Amino acid sequence: MNGPFDFTLGLGDDALIAAQRLAEWTTRAPEMEEDVALANIALDQLGAARLLLSYAGELEGAGRDEDALAYLRDDREFRNALLVELPNGDFAVTMAKLFFLAAYQLPLYAALAGCADERLAAIGAKARKESAYHLDHGALWVKRLGDGTEESHRRMQAAVDQVWPYTHELFAADPTAPVDPATLRPAFDETVGAVLAEATLTLPGSGWAPAGGRTGVHTEHLAFLLAEMQVLHRAHPGAHW
Amino acid sequence: MYGNDFSAPDGASDEAPGSGLLGEVEAAEAELRAAAARGRRGSPSPDEDLAAYFAEVVDAEQKIEPRDWMPDAYRRTLIRQIAQHAHSEIIGMQPEGNWISRAPSLKRKAILLAKVQDEAGHGLYLYAAAETLGISRDELVQLLLDGRQKYSSIFNYPTLSWADVGAIGWLVDGAAIVNQVPLCRCSYGPYARAMIRVCKEESFHQRQGYEILHTLAHGTPGQQAMAQDAVDRWWYPSLAMFGPPDGDSTHSGQSMAWKIKRFSNDDLRQRFVDMCVQQAEILGLRIPDPDLRWNEERQAYDYTQPDYDELMRVISGDGPCNRERIAHRRAAHADGAWVREAAAAYAAKRAEQREKVAA
Repeated sequence: MNGPFDFTLGLGDDALIAAQRLAEWTTRAPEMEEDVALANIALDQLGAARLLLSYAGELEGAGRDEDALAYLRDDREFRNALLVELPNGDFAVTMAKLFFLAAYQLPLYAALAGCADERLAAIGAKARKESAYHLDHGALWVKRLGDGTEESHRRMQAAVDQVWPYTHELFAADPTAPVDPATLRPAFDETVGAVLAEATLTLPGSGWAPAGGRTGVHTEHLAFLLAEMQVLHRAHPGAHW
Repeated sequence: MYGNDFSAPDGASDEAPGSGLLGEVEAAEAELRAAAARGRRGSPSPDEDLAAYFAEVVDAEQKIEPRDWMPDAYRRTLIRQIAQHAHSEIIGMQPEGNWISRAPSLKRKAILLAKVQDEAGHGLYLYAAAETLGISRDELVQLLLDGRQKYSSIFNYPTLSWADVGAIGWLVDGAAIVNQVPLCRCSYGPYARAMIRVCKEESFHQRQGYEILHTLAHGTPGQQAMAQDAVDRWWYPSLAMFGPPDGDSTHSGQSMAWKIKRFSNDDLRQRFVDMCVQQAEILGLRIPDPDLRWNEERQAYDYTQPDYDELMRVISGDGPCNRERIAHRRAAHADGAWVREAAAAYAAKRAEQREKVAA
Protein backbone atom coordinates (compact mmCIF):
# COMPACT_ATOMS: atom_id res chain seq x y z
CA MET A 1 0.00 0.00 0.00
CA ASN A 2 0.96 3.53 -0.58
CA GLY A 3 0.50 6.18 2.06
CA PRO A 4 -2.57 7.28 3.96
CA PHE A 5 -4.86 7.55 0.90
CA ASP A 6 -4.53 3.89 -0.07
CA PHE A 7 -4.72 2.84 3.54
CA THR A 8 -7.86 4.85 4.21
CA LEU A 9 -9.44 3.74 0.97
CA GLY A 10 -8.77 0.09 1.84
CA LEU A 11 -10.45 0.41 5.22
CA GLY A 12 -13.36 2.33 3.71
CA ASP A 13 -13.84 -0.32 1.05
CA ASP A 14 -13.70 -3.09 3.65
CA ALA A 15 -16.50 -1.40 5.56
CA LEU A 16 -18.57 -0.58 2.48
CA ILE A 17 -18.46 -4.05 0.97
CA ALA A 18 -19.10 -5.66 4.36
CA ALA A 19 -22.16 -3.39 4.75
CA GLN A 20 -23.43 -4.32 1.31
CA ARG A 21 -23.13 -8.03 2.03
CA LEU A 22 -24.70 -7.80 5.51
CA ALA A 23 -27.60 -5.77 4.16
CA GLU A 24 -28.36 -8.63 1.78
CA TRP A 25 -29.64 -10.49 4.84
CA THR A 26 -32.44 -7.99 5.42
CA THR A 27 -35.78 -9.88 5.50
CA ARG A 28 -33.88 -13.21 5.33
CA ALA A 29 -32.41 -13.65 8.82
CA PRO A 30 -33.15 -16.79 10.86
CA GLU A 31 -34.92 -14.75 13.57
CA MET A 32 -36.55 -11.33 13.54
CA GLU A 33 -34.20 -10.16 16.27
CA GLU A 34 -31.30 -11.19 14.05
CA ASP A 35 -32.72 -9.18 11.17
CA VAL A 36 -32.51 -6.13 13.42
CA ALA A 37 -29.01 -7.03 14.64
CA LEU A 38 -27.57 -7.61 11.17
CA ALA A 39 -29.07 -4.36 9.92
CA ASN A 40 -27.49 -2.63 12.90
CA ILE A 41 -24.07 -3.99 12.08
CA ALA A 42 -24.53 -3.17 8.40
CA LEU A 43 -25.44 0.39 9.38
CA ASP A 44 -22.32 0.68 11.55
CA GLN A 45 -20.14 -0.54 8.70
CA LEU A 46 -21.85 1.79 6.27
CA GLY A 47 -21.37 4.71 8.65
CA ALA A 48 -17.66 3.95 9.00
CA ALA A 49 -17.38 3.53 5.23
CA ARG A 50 -18.84 6.95 4.63
CA LEU A 51 -16.44 8.63 7.03
CA LEU A 52 -13.43 6.77 5.65
CA LEU A 53 -14.30 7.27 1.98
CA SER A 54 -15.04 10.95 2.50
CA TYR A 55 -11.67 11.36 4.17
CA ALA A 56 -9.94 9.31 1.48
CA GLY A 57 -11.43 11.64 -1.11
CA GLU A 58 -10.00 14.62 0.75
CA LEU A 59 -6.58 13.00 1.03
CA GLU A 60 -6.60 12.31 -2.68
CA GLY A 61 -7.51 15.92 -3.44
CA ALA A 62 -9.10 15.12 -6.78
CA GLY A 63 -12.62 16.22 -5.83
CA ARG A 64 -14.09 12.76 -5.33
CA ASP A 65 -16.66 12.46 -2.54
CA GLU A 66 -17.97 9.31 -0.86
CA ASP A 67 -20.44 8.60 -3.66
CA ALA A 68 -17.91 9.15 -6.45
CA LEU A 69 -15.65 6.65 -4.74
CA ALA A 70 -18.41 4.14 -4.00
CA TYR A 71 -20.31 4.29 -7.26
CA LEU A 72 -17.90 5.32 -9.98
CA ARG A 73 -14.94 3.00 -9.48
CA ASP A 74 -14.64 -0.39 -11.15
CA ASP A 75 -13.66 -3.53 -9.29
CA ARG A 76 -9.97 -3.17 -10.17
CA GLU A 77 -9.95 0.14 -8.31
CA PHE A 78 -11.47 -1.25 -5.12
CA ARG A 79 -9.03 -1.92 -2.29
CA ASN A 80 -11.06 -4.06 0.11
CA ALA A 81 -9.75 -7.37 1.38
CA LEU A 82 -11.23 -10.41 -0.36
CA LEU A 83 -12.82 -11.61 2.89
CA VAL A 84 -15.62 -9.05 2.83
CA GLU A 85 -16.65 -9.62 -0.79
CA LEU A 86 -17.16 -13.37 -0.41
CA PRO A 87 -20.81 -14.31 -0.85
CA ASN A 88 -22.87 -14.61 2.33
CA GLY A 89 -23.33 -18.36 2.05
CA ASP A 90 -25.42 -19.79 4.86
CA PHE A 91 -25.73 -18.11 8.25
CA ALA A 92 -22.60 -19.92 9.48
CA VAL A 93 -20.47 -18.51 6.65
CA THR A 94 -21.81 -15.03 7.34
CA MET A 95 -21.01 -15.38 11.03
CA ALA A 96 -17.51 -16.66 10.27
CA LYS A 97 -16.94 -13.63 8.03
CA LEU A 98 -18.36 -11.26 10.63
CA PHE A 99 -16.40 -12.76 13.49
CA PHE A 100 -13.05 -12.70 11.68
CA LEU A 101 -13.67 -9.20 10.34
CA ALA A 102 -14.59 -7.85 13.76
CA ALA A 103 -11.64 -9.60 15.43
CA TYR A 104 -9.45 -7.66 12.98
CA GLN A 105 -11.32 -4.36 12.98
CA LEU A 106 -11.46 -4.02 16.76
CA PRO A 107 -7.67 -3.89 17.34
CA LEU A 108 -7.30 -1.95 14.10
CA TYR A 109 -9.70 0.82 15.10
CA ALA A 110 -8.32 0.80 18.65
CA ALA A 111 -4.81 1.40 17.28
CA LEU A 112 -6.15 3.97 14.85
CA ALA A 113 -7.72 5.87 17.73
CA GLY A 114 -4.21 6.54 19.02
CA CYS A 115 -2.54 7.34 15.70
CA ALA A 116 -1.06 10.70 14.72
CA ASP A 117 -3.65 11.49 12.04
CA GLU A 118 -6.44 13.27 13.92
CA ARG A 119 -9.19 12.43 11.45
CA LEU A 120 -8.34 8.75 11.41
CA ALA A 121 -8.02 8.80 15.18
CA ALA A 122 -11.53 10.21 15.52
CA ILE A 123 -12.96 7.62 13.14
CA GLY A 124 -11.13 4.86 15.00
CA ALA A 125 -12.43 6.07 18.36
CA LYS A 126 -16.01 5.95 17.12
CA ALA A 127 -15.74 2.70 15.19
CA ARG A 128 -13.95 0.69 17.88
CA LYS A 129 -17.03 0.79 20.12
CA GLU A 130 -19.14 -0.53 17.29
CA SER A 131 -16.59 -3.21 16.45
CA ALA A 132 -16.66 -4.42 20.04
CA TYR A 133 -20.37 -5.11 19.63
CA HIS A 134 -19.84 -6.79 16.24
CA LEU A 135 -17.22 -9.02 17.80
CA ASP A 136 -19.50 -9.96 20.70
CA HIS A 137 -22.30 -10.75 18.34
CA GLY A 138 -20.19 -12.75 15.90
CA ALA A 139 -18.41 -14.65 18.69
CA LEU A 140 -21.69 -15.54 20.38
CA TRP A 141 -23.07 -17.05 17.18
CA VAL A 142 -19.83 -18.89 16.42
CA LYS A 143 -20.11 -20.48 19.87
CA ARG A 144 -23.83 -21.19 19.57
CA LEU A 145 -23.45 -22.80 16.17
CA GLY A 146 -20.18 -24.55 16.96
CA ASP A 147 -21.49 -26.00 20.21
CA GLY A 148 -25.17 -26.22 19.27
CA THR A 149 -26.46 -29.22 17.31
CA GLU A 150 -24.55 -31.72 15.20
CA GLU A 151 -25.86 -30.00 12.08
CA SER A 152 -24.86 -26.53 13.22
CA HIS A 153 -21.42 -27.76 14.29
CA ARG A 154 -20.87 -29.29 10.87
CA ARG A 155 -21.92 -26.09 9.13
CA MET A 156 -19.90 -23.80 11.41
CA GLN A 157 -16.75 -25.88 11.01
CA ALA A 158 -17.21 -25.88 7.23
CA ALA A 159 -17.65 -22.10 7.34
CA VAL A 160 -14.45 -21.63 9.34
CA ASP A 161 -12.58 -23.89 6.93
CA GLN A 162 -13.89 -21.93 3.97
CA VAL A 163 -13.33 -18.40 5.29
CA TRP A 164 -10.16 -18.74 7.37
CA PRO A 165 -7.68 -18.63 4.45
CA TYR A 166 -8.98 -15.16 3.55
CA THR A 167 -8.01 -13.73 6.94
CA HIS A 168 -4.27 -13.74 6.23
CA GLU A 169 -4.55 -10.94 3.71
CA LEU A 170 -5.83 -8.62 6.44
CA PHE A 171 -2.42 -8.67 8.14
CA ALA A 172 -0.06 -8.07 5.23
CA ALA A 173 2.75 -5.89 6.56
CA ASP A 174 2.71 -2.20 5.64
CA PRO A 175 5.24 -0.40 7.86
CA THR A 176 4.44 3.00 6.32
CA ALA A 177 0.70 2.89 7.06
CA PRO A 178 -0.76 4.85 9.99
CA VAL A 179 -1.28 1.43 11.61
CA ASP A 180 0.77 -1.48 10.30
CA PRO A 181 -1.73 -4.34 9.90
CA ALA A 182 0.98 -6.89 10.76
CA THR A 183 1.01 -5.57 14.33
CA LEU A 184 -2.66 -6.55 14.79
CA ARG A 185 -2.12 -10.24 14.25
CA PRO A 186 -1.34 -11.31 17.86
CA ALA A 187 -4.56 -9.75 19.22
CA PHE A 188 -6.55 -11.34 16.40
CA ASP A 189 -5.03 -14.78 16.95
CA GLU A 190 -5.73 -14.60 20.66
CA THR A 191 -9.40 -13.67 20.18
CA VAL A 192 -9.96 -16.27 17.49
CA GLY A 193 -8.18 -19.02 19.41
CA ALA A 194 -10.24 -18.50 22.56
CA VAL A 195 -13.60 -18.33 20.81
CA LEU A 196 -13.01 -21.30 18.52
CA ALA A 197 -11.85 -23.43 21.44
CA GLU A 198 -15.02 -22.64 23.36
CA ALA A 199 -17.03 -23.32 20.22
CA THR A 200 -15.39 -26.77 19.86
CA LEU A 201 -14.09 -25.72 16.43
CA THR A 202 -10.63 -26.05 14.90
CA LEU A 203 -8.63 -24.01 12.42
CA PRO A 204 -7.81 -25.65 9.10
CA GLY A 205 -4.20 -26.69 8.62
CA SER A 206 -3.87 -25.44 5.06
CA GLY A 207 -1.37 -22.69 4.37
CA TRP A 208 -3.37 -21.31 1.45
CA ALA A 209 -3.55 -17.53 1.79
CA PRO A 210 -5.43 -15.91 -1.10
CA ALA A 211 -4.75 -12.17 -1.49
CA GLY A 212 -4.94 -9.39 -4.02
CA GLY A 213 -7.74 -7.20 -2.71
CA ARG A 214 -5.40 -4.44 -1.54
CA THR A 215 -3.97 -4.13 -5.06
CA GLY A 216 -7.33 -4.43 -6.81
CA VAL A 217 -7.16 -8.03 -7.96
CA HIS A 218 -10.38 -9.46 -6.56
CA THR A 219 -12.45 -12.61 -6.62
CA GLU A 220 -15.03 -13.03 -9.35
CA HIS A 221 -17.70 -12.06 -6.86
CA LEU A 222 -16.88 -8.37 -6.45
CA ALA A 223 -17.83 -7.27 -9.97
CA PHE A 224 -21.33 -8.69 -9.51
CA LEU A 225 -21.72 -6.97 -6.16
CA LEU A 226 -20.65 -3.66 -7.69
CA ALA A 227 -22.84 -4.10 -10.75
CA GLU A 228 -25.85 -4.29 -8.47
CA MET A 229 -24.74 -1.58 -6.07
CA GLN A 230 -23.82 0.91 -8.79
CA VAL A 231 -26.46 0.26 -11.45
CA LEU A 232 -28.91 3.02 -10.59
CA HIS A 233 -26.34 5.67 -9.78
CA ARG A 234 -24.54 5.06 -13.07
CA ALA A 235 -27.75 5.02 -15.10
CA HIS A 236 -28.31 8.71 -14.31
CA PRO A 237 -24.94 10.44 -14.72
CA GLY A 238 -24.65 13.64 -12.73
CA ALA A 239 -28.05 13.28 -11.05
CA HIS A 240 -28.59 14.19 -7.39
CA TRP A 241 -30.46 11.81 -5.11
CA MET B 1 -46.82 0.33 7.86
CA TYR B 2 -50.34 -0.83 8.02
CA GLY B 3 -53.63 -0.40 6.28
CA ASN B 4 -57.21 -1.18 7.01
CA ASP B 5 -57.83 -3.27 3.98
CA PHE B 6 -58.17 -6.81 5.24
CA SER B 7 -61.72 -6.24 6.34
CA ALA B 8 -60.47 -6.26 9.89
CA PRO B 9 -61.53 -3.73 12.42
CA ASP B 10 -59.30 -0.83 12.66
CA GLY B 11 -58.76 2.75 13.40
CA ALA B 12 -59.42 5.82 11.68
CA SER B 13 -58.65 9.29 10.91
CA ASP B 14 -56.38 12.06 11.37
CA GLU B 15 -54.97 15.10 9.94
CA ALA B 16 -52.22 16.31 7.71
CA PRO B 17 -48.74 14.86 7.88
CA GLY B 18 -45.90 16.38 9.72
CA SER B 19 -46.78 18.58 12.61
CA GLY B 20 -50.52 17.88 12.58
CA LEU B 21 -50.21 14.12 12.81
CA LEU B 22 -47.43 14.23 15.33
CA GLY B 23 -49.49 16.66 17.35
CA GLU B 24 -52.27 14.11 17.44
CA VAL B 25 -49.89 11.43 18.61
CA GLU B 26 -48.62 13.67 21.35
CA ALA B 27 -52.16 14.53 22.37
CA ALA B 28 -52.96 10.83 22.61
CA GLU B 29 -49.89 10.31 24.72
CA ALA B 30 -50.92 13.14 27.05
CA GLU B 31 -54.41 11.66 27.26
CA LEU B 32 -52.94 8.30 28.17
CA ARG B 33 -50.92 9.84 30.97
CA ALA B 34 -53.90 11.85 32.21
CA ALA B 35 -56.07 8.73 32.26
CA ALA B 36 -53.40 6.88 34.19
CA ALA B 37 -53.16 9.76 36.67
CA ARG B 38 -56.92 9.85 37.15
CA GLY B 39 -56.79 6.18 37.88
CA ARG B 40 -59.58 3.77 37.30
CA ARG B 41 -62.28 3.10 39.82
CA GLY B 42 -60.95 0.24 41.98
CA SER B 43 -61.15 -3.39 40.91
CA PRO B 44 -64.57 -4.88 40.39
CA SER B 45 -66.07 -6.36 43.54
CA PRO B 46 -66.41 -10.16 43.62
CA ASP B 47 -70.13 -10.15 42.83
CA GLU B 48 -69.96 -7.36 40.24
CA ASP B 49 -70.91 -7.95 36.62
CA LEU B 50 -67.55 -8.05 34.80
CA ALA B 51 -69.04 -7.05 31.48
CA ALA B 52 -70.54 -3.96 33.04
CA TYR B 53 -67.23 -3.09 34.65
CA PHE B 54 -65.45 -3.51 31.29
CA ALA B 55 -67.99 -1.24 29.59
CA GLU B 56 -67.57 1.34 32.31
CA VAL B 57 -63.79 1.42 31.91
CA VAL B 58 -64.05 1.78 28.14
CA ASP B 59 -66.72 4.50 28.40
CA ALA B 60 -64.57 6.44 30.84
CA GLU B 61 -61.73 6.46 28.25
CA GLN B 62 -59.61 4.39 30.57
CA LYS B 63 -57.42 1.60 29.26
CA ILE B 64 -58.09 -2.10 29.39
CA GLU B 65 -54.95 -3.90 30.56
CA PRO B 66 -53.80 -7.50 29.95
CA ARG B 67 -55.00 -8.90 33.28
CA ASP B 68 -58.44 -7.34 33.06
CA TRP B 69 -61.48 -9.35 32.19
CA MET B 70 -62.55 -8.68 28.61
CA PRO B 71 -65.15 -10.15 26.28
CA ASP B 72 -63.80 -13.05 24.22
CA ALA B 73 -64.73 -11.31 21.01
CA TYR B 74 -62.82 -8.17 22.08
CA ARG B 75 -59.77 -10.32 22.75
CA ARG B 76 -60.09 -12.14 19.43
CA THR B 77 -60.60 -8.91 17.51
CA LEU B 78 -57.52 -7.36 19.05
CA ILE B 79 -55.35 -10.43 18.51
CA ARG B 80 -56.33 -10.51 14.86
CA GLN B 81 -55.85 -6.80 14.36
CA ILE B 82 -52.54 -6.49 16.20
CA ALA B 83 -51.20 -9.64 14.53
CA GLN B 84 -52.20 -8.37 11.09
CA HIS B 85 -50.46 -5.15 11.89
CA ALA B 86 -47.32 -7.00 13.00
CA HIS B 87 -47.38 -9.22 9.91
CA SER B 88 -47.73 -6.11 7.75
CA GLU B 89 -44.58 -4.65 9.25
CA ILE B 90 -42.63 -7.83 8.61
CA ILE B 91 -43.91 -8.45 5.07
CA GLY B 92 -43.66 -4.72 4.37
CA MET B 93 -39.88 -4.95 4.76
CA GLN B 94 -39.69 -6.83 1.46
CA PRO B 95 -40.78 -4.28 -1.15
CA GLU B 96 -38.48 -1.61 0.26
CA GLY B 97 -35.72 -4.04 1.15
CA ASN B 98 -35.67 -4.74 -2.57
CA TRP B 99 -33.85 -1.42 -3.13
CA ILE B 100 -31.30 -1.38 -0.30
CA SER B 101 -28.57 -2.95 -2.42
CA ARG B 102 -29.17 -0.49 -5.28
CA ALA B 103 -29.83 2.72 -3.35
CA PRO B 104 -28.33 5.51 -5.46
CA SER B 105 -26.23 7.21 -2.76
CA LEU B 106 -24.65 6.01 0.47
CA LYS B 107 -26.78 8.43 2.45
CA ARG B 108 -29.99 7.06 0.92
CA LYS B 109 -28.76 3.53 1.47
CA ALA B 110 -28.24 4.24 5.18
CA ILE B 111 -31.65 5.89 5.54
CA LEU B 112 -33.44 3.04 3.78
CA LEU B 113 -31.63 0.35 5.71
CA ALA B 114 -32.51 2.09 8.96
CA LYS B 115 -36.12 2.40 7.87
CA VAL B 116 -36.48 -1.27 7.02
CA GLN B 117 -34.84 -2.07 10.33
CA ASP B 118 -37.40 0.12 12.10
CA GLU B 119 -40.12 -1.97 10.51
CA ALA B 120 -38.62 -5.15 11.91
CA GLY B 121 -38.59 -3.40 15.27
CA HIS B 122 -42.25 -2.40 14.91
CA GLY B 123 -43.09 -6.00 14.05
CA LEU B 124 -41.37 -7.26 17.18
CA TYR B 125 -43.00 -4.62 19.32
CA LEU B 126 -46.46 -5.43 17.97
CA TYR B 127 -46.03 -9.20 18.34
CA ALA B 128 -45.13 -8.49 21.96
CA ALA B 129 -48.33 -6.44 22.34
CA ALA B 130 -50.34 -9.33 20.86
CA GLU B 131 -48.67 -11.74 23.28
CA THR B 132 -50.19 -9.83 26.19
CA LEU B 133 -53.52 -11.21 24.99
CA GLY B 134 -52.45 -14.79 25.56
CA ILE B 135 -51.06 -16.01 22.25
CA SER B 136 -47.43 -16.63 21.35
CA ARG B 137 -45.44 -15.01 18.58
CA ASP B 138 -44.60 -18.44 17.18
CA GLU B 139 -48.29 -19.24 16.81
CA LEU B 140 -48.96 -15.93 15.09
CA VAL B 141 -46.03 -16.34 12.71
CA GLN B 142 -47.30 -19.79 11.84
CA LEU B 143 -50.75 -18.34 11.06
CA LEU B 144 -49.08 -15.88 8.69
CA LEU B 145 -47.00 -18.57 6.99
CA ASP B 146 -50.05 -20.81 6.63
CA GLY B 147 -51.99 -17.96 5.02
CA ARG B 148 -54.56 -18.00 7.83
CA GLN B 149 -53.89 -14.43 8.88
CA LYS B 150 -53.46 -11.55 6.50
CA TYR B 151 -51.19 -8.58 6.11
CA SER B 152 -51.86 -5.29 4.40
CA SER B 153 -52.47 -5.95 0.70
CA ILE B 154 -50.43 -2.93 -0.35
CA PHE B 155 -47.26 -5.00 0.04
CA ASN B 156 -48.39 -7.29 -2.75
CA TYR B 157 -47.44 -4.63 -5.27
CA PRO B 158 -43.91 -4.59 -6.68
CA THR B 159 -41.29 -1.86 -6.23
CA LEU B 160 -40.11 -1.36 -9.78
CA SER B 161 -37.94 1.73 -9.45
CA TRP B 162 -36.13 3.76 -6.83
CA ALA B 163 -38.99 6.27 -6.92
CA ASP B 164 -41.25 3.55 -5.53
CA VAL B 165 -39.29 3.80 -2.30
CA GLY B 166 -40.25 7.47 -2.20
CA ALA B 167 -43.86 6.76 -3.13
CA ILE B 168 -44.16 4.13 -0.42
CA GLY B 169 -42.85 6.58 2.13
CA TRP B 170 -45.08 9.41 1.05
CA LEU B 171 -48.31 7.58 0.17
CA VAL B 172 -48.21 4.20 1.90
CA ASP B 173 -46.67 5.43 5.14
CA GLY B 174 -48.89 8.48 4.88
CA ALA B 175 -52.01 6.32 4.64
CA ALA B 176 -50.71 4.09 7.41
CA ILE B 177 -50.27 7.06 9.71
CA VAL B 178 -53.75 8.37 8.98
CA ASN B 179 -54.99 4.91 9.91
CA GLN B 180 -52.82 4.51 12.96
CA VAL B 181 -52.94 7.83 14.73
CA PRO B 182 -56.43 7.14 16.11
CA LEU B 183 -55.17 3.77 17.33
CA CYS B 184 -52.97 5.67 19.75
CA ARG B 185 -56.26 6.15 21.64
CA CYS B 186 -57.35 2.52 21.37
CA SER B 187 -59.05 1.19 24.48
CA TYR B 188 -56.50 -1.61 24.85
CA GLY B 189 -53.51 -0.12 26.71
CA PRO B 190 -50.60 -2.13 25.27
CA TYR B 191 -51.77 -1.51 21.70
CA ALA B 192 -52.31 2.19 22.29
CA ARG B 193 -48.85 2.55 23.78
CA ALA B 194 -47.25 0.57 20.95
CA MET B 195 -48.99 2.76 18.40
CA ILE B 196 -47.70 5.96 19.97
CA ARG B 197 -44.16 4.77 19.50
CA VAL B 198 -44.78 3.36 16.02
CA CYS B 199 -46.52 6.52 14.79
CA LYS B 200 -43.65 8.74 15.81
CA GLU B 201 -41.25 6.68 13.72
CA GLU B 202 -43.68 6.33 10.82
CA SER B 203 -44.06 10.06 10.55
CA PHE B 204 -40.29 10.30 10.21
CA HIS B 205 -40.42 7.68 7.44
CA GLN B 206 -43.12 9.55 5.63
CA ARG B 207 -41.03 12.68 5.60
CA GLN B 208 -38.09 10.74 4.17
CA GLY B 209 -40.24 9.34 1.37
CA TYR B 210 -41.56 12.78 0.60
CA GLU B 211 -38.01 14.06 0.45
CA ILE B 212 -36.96 11.31 -1.98
CA LEU B 213 -39.84 12.24 -4.30
CA HIS B 214 -39.13 15.92 -3.95
CA THR B 215 -35.52 15.41 -4.99
CA LEU B 216 -36.55 13.26 -7.96
CA ALA B 217 -39.33 15.61 -9.04
CA HIS B 218 -36.81 18.45 -9.12
CA GLY B 219 -34.10 16.39 -10.80
CA THR B 220 -33.36 15.26 -14.34
CA PRO B 221 -36.18 14.49 -16.80
CA GLY B 222 -35.47 10.80 -16.22
CA GLN B 223 -35.84 11.20 -12.47
CA GLN B 224 -39.04 13.23 -12.86
CA ALA B 225 -40.55 10.55 -15.07
CA MET B 226 -39.58 7.90 -12.54
CA ALA B 227 -41.27 9.85 -9.74
CA GLN B 228 -44.49 10.42 -11.68
CA ASP B 229 -44.65 6.79 -12.75
CA ALA B 230 -44.35 5.69 -9.13
CA VAL B 231 -47.14 8.00 -7.98
CA ASP B 232 -49.30 6.80 -10.88
CA ARG B 233 -48.89 3.19 -9.75
CA TRP B 234 -49.15 3.69 -5.96
CA TRP B 235 -51.99 6.21 -5.72
CA TYR B 236 -55.01 3.90 -6.01
CA PRO B 237 -53.54 0.99 -4.04
CA SER B 238 -52.81 3.53 -1.27
CA LEU B 239 -56.45 4.68 -1.29
CA ALA B 240 -57.48 1.04 -1.05
CA MET B 241 -55.45 0.69 2.16
CA PHE B 242 -58.38 2.25 4.03
CA GLY B 243 -60.43 -0.79 3.24
CA PRO B 244 -63.78 -1.29 1.59
CA PRO B 245 -66.33 1.55 1.54
CA ASP B 246 -68.28 1.98 4.76
CA GLY B 247 -71.35 0.24 3.39
CA ASP B 248 -69.37 -2.97 2.84
CA SER B 249 -67.16 -2.89 5.89
CA THR B 250 -67.69 -5.70 8.37
CA HIS B 251 -66.73 -5.50 12.05
CA SER B 252 -66.74 -1.72 12.09
CA GLY B 253 -69.73 -1.09 14.35
CA GLN B 254 -68.60 -3.34 17.17
CA SER B 255 -65.02 -2.07 16.99
CA MET B 256 -66.27 1.49 17.24
CA ALA B 257 -68.30 0.63 20.32
CA TRP B 258 -65.24 -0.94 21.91
CA LYS B 259 -63.17 2.11 21.02
CA ILE B 260 -60.73 0.03 19.03
CA LYS B 261 -61.79 1.85 15.91
CA ARG B 262 -62.78 5.49 16.02
CA PHE B 263 -63.42 6.65 12.46
CA SER B 264 -64.92 5.04 9.39
CA ASN B 265 -62.88 3.84 6.41
CA ASP B 266 -64.35 6.49 4.14
CA ASP B 267 -63.70 9.30 6.62
CA LEU B 268 -60.09 8.27 6.79
CA ARG B 269 -59.74 7.94 3.05
CA GLN B 270 -61.16 11.42 2.58
CA ARG B 271 -58.75 12.84 5.09
CA PHE B 272 -55.85 11.19 3.32
CA VAL B 273 -56.90 12.55 -0.08
CA ASP B 274 -57.29 16.06 1.27
CA MET B 275 -53.87 15.87 2.82
CA CYS B 276 -52.17 14.56 -0.32
CA VAL B 277 -53.52 17.06 -2.82
CA GLN B 278 -51.68 19.94 -1.28
CA GLN B 279 -48.49 17.95 -0.86
CA ALA B 280 -48.58 16.76 -4.48
CA GLU B 281 -48.70 20.39 -5.57
CA ILE B 282 -45.57 21.19 -3.61
CA LEU B 283 -43.88 18.10 -5.00
CA GLY B 284 -44.83 19.09 -8.51
CA LEU B 285 -46.33 15.66 -9.15
CA ARG B 286 -49.73 14.85 -10.58
CA ILE B 287 -52.26 12.70 -8.74
CA PRO B 288 -53.58 10.35 -11.44
CA ASP B 289 -57.26 11.23 -11.01
CA PRO B 290 -58.90 13.40 -13.69
CA ASP B 291 -61.95 13.89 -11.45
CA LEU B 292 -60.07 15.18 -8.46
CA ARG B 293 -61.52 18.59 -7.57
CA TRP B 294 -62.42 20.73 -4.60
CA ASN B 295 -66.00 20.50 -3.46
CA GLU B 296 -66.95 23.79 -1.85
CA GLU B 297 -70.09 22.38 -0.30
CA ARG B 298 -68.41 19.42 1.37
CA GLN B 299 -65.23 21.36 2.06
CA ALA B 300 -63.31 18.36 0.80
CA TYR B 301 -61.96 16.97 -2.46
CA ASP B 302 -64.11 14.81 -4.71
CA TYR B 303 -62.04 11.92 -5.96
CA THR B 304 -62.27 8.65 -7.85
CA GLN B 305 -62.64 5.59 -5.67
CA PRO B 306 -60.01 2.87 -5.96
CA ASP B 307 -60.95 -0.34 -7.73
CA TYR B 308 -62.42 -2.38 -4.88
CA ASP B 309 -62.71 -5.47 -7.05
CA GLU B 310 -58.97 -5.31 -7.49
CA LEU B 311 -58.57 -4.88 -3.73
CA MET B 312 -60.65 -8.00 -3.13
CA ARG B 313 -58.59 -9.97 -5.65
CA VAL B 314 -55.36 -8.91 -3.97
CA ILE B 315 -56.73 -9.68 -0.51
CA SER B 316 -57.81 -13.12 -1.68
CA GLY B 317 -54.28 -13.88 -2.89
CA ASP B 318 -54.15 -12.87 -6.54
CA GLY B 319 -52.14 -9.67 -6.38
CA PRO B 320 -48.91 -9.30 -8.36
CA CYS B 321 -46.64 -10.38 -5.49
CA ASN B 322 -48.75 -12.32 -2.96
CA ARG B 323 -47.12 -15.63 -3.77
CA GLU B 324 -43.62 -14.16 -3.81
CA ARG B 325 -43.99 -12.35 -0.49
CA ILE B 326 -45.18 -15.41 1.39
CA ALA B 327 -42.72 -17.71 -0.34
CA HIS B 328 -39.91 -15.36 0.70
CA ARG B 329 -41.08 -15.34 4.32
CA ARG B 330 -41.48 -19.12 4.38
CA ALA B 331 -38.03 -19.61 2.88
CA ALA B 332 -36.40 -17.34 5.46
CA HIS B 333 -38.22 -19.19 8.23
CA ALA B 334 -37.29 -22.62 6.89
CA ASP B 335 -33.68 -21.70 6.12
CA GLY B 336 -33.28 -20.37 9.66
CA ALA B 337 -34.65 -23.46 11.40
CA TRP B 338 -31.26 -25.09 11.95
CA VAL B 339 -29.94 -21.82 13.41
CA ARG B 340 -32.82 -21.50 15.88
CA GLU B 341 -32.41 -25.14 16.85
CA ALA B 342 -28.71 -24.58 17.44
CA ALA B 343 -29.38 -21.54 19.62
CA ALA B 344 -31.87 -23.53 21.69
CA ALA B 345 -29.48 -26.49 22.04
CA TYR B 346 -26.64 -24.19 23.07
CA ALA B 347 -28.80 -22.43 25.65
CA ALA B 348 -29.90 -25.78 27.07
CA LYS B 349 -26.29 -26.97 27.39
CA ARG B 350 -25.35 -23.76 29.17
CA ALA B 351 -28.26 -24.06 31.58
CA GLU B 352 -27.25 -27.64 32.34
CA GLN B 353 -23.67 -26.58 33.02
CA ARG B 354 -24.84 -23.85 35.35
CA GLU B 355 -26.96 -26.34 37.26
CA LYS B 356 -24.01 -28.68 37.62
CA VAL B 357 -21.86 -25.86 38.93
CA ALA B 358 -24.58 -24.85 41.37
CA ALA B 359 -24.99 -28.47 42.55
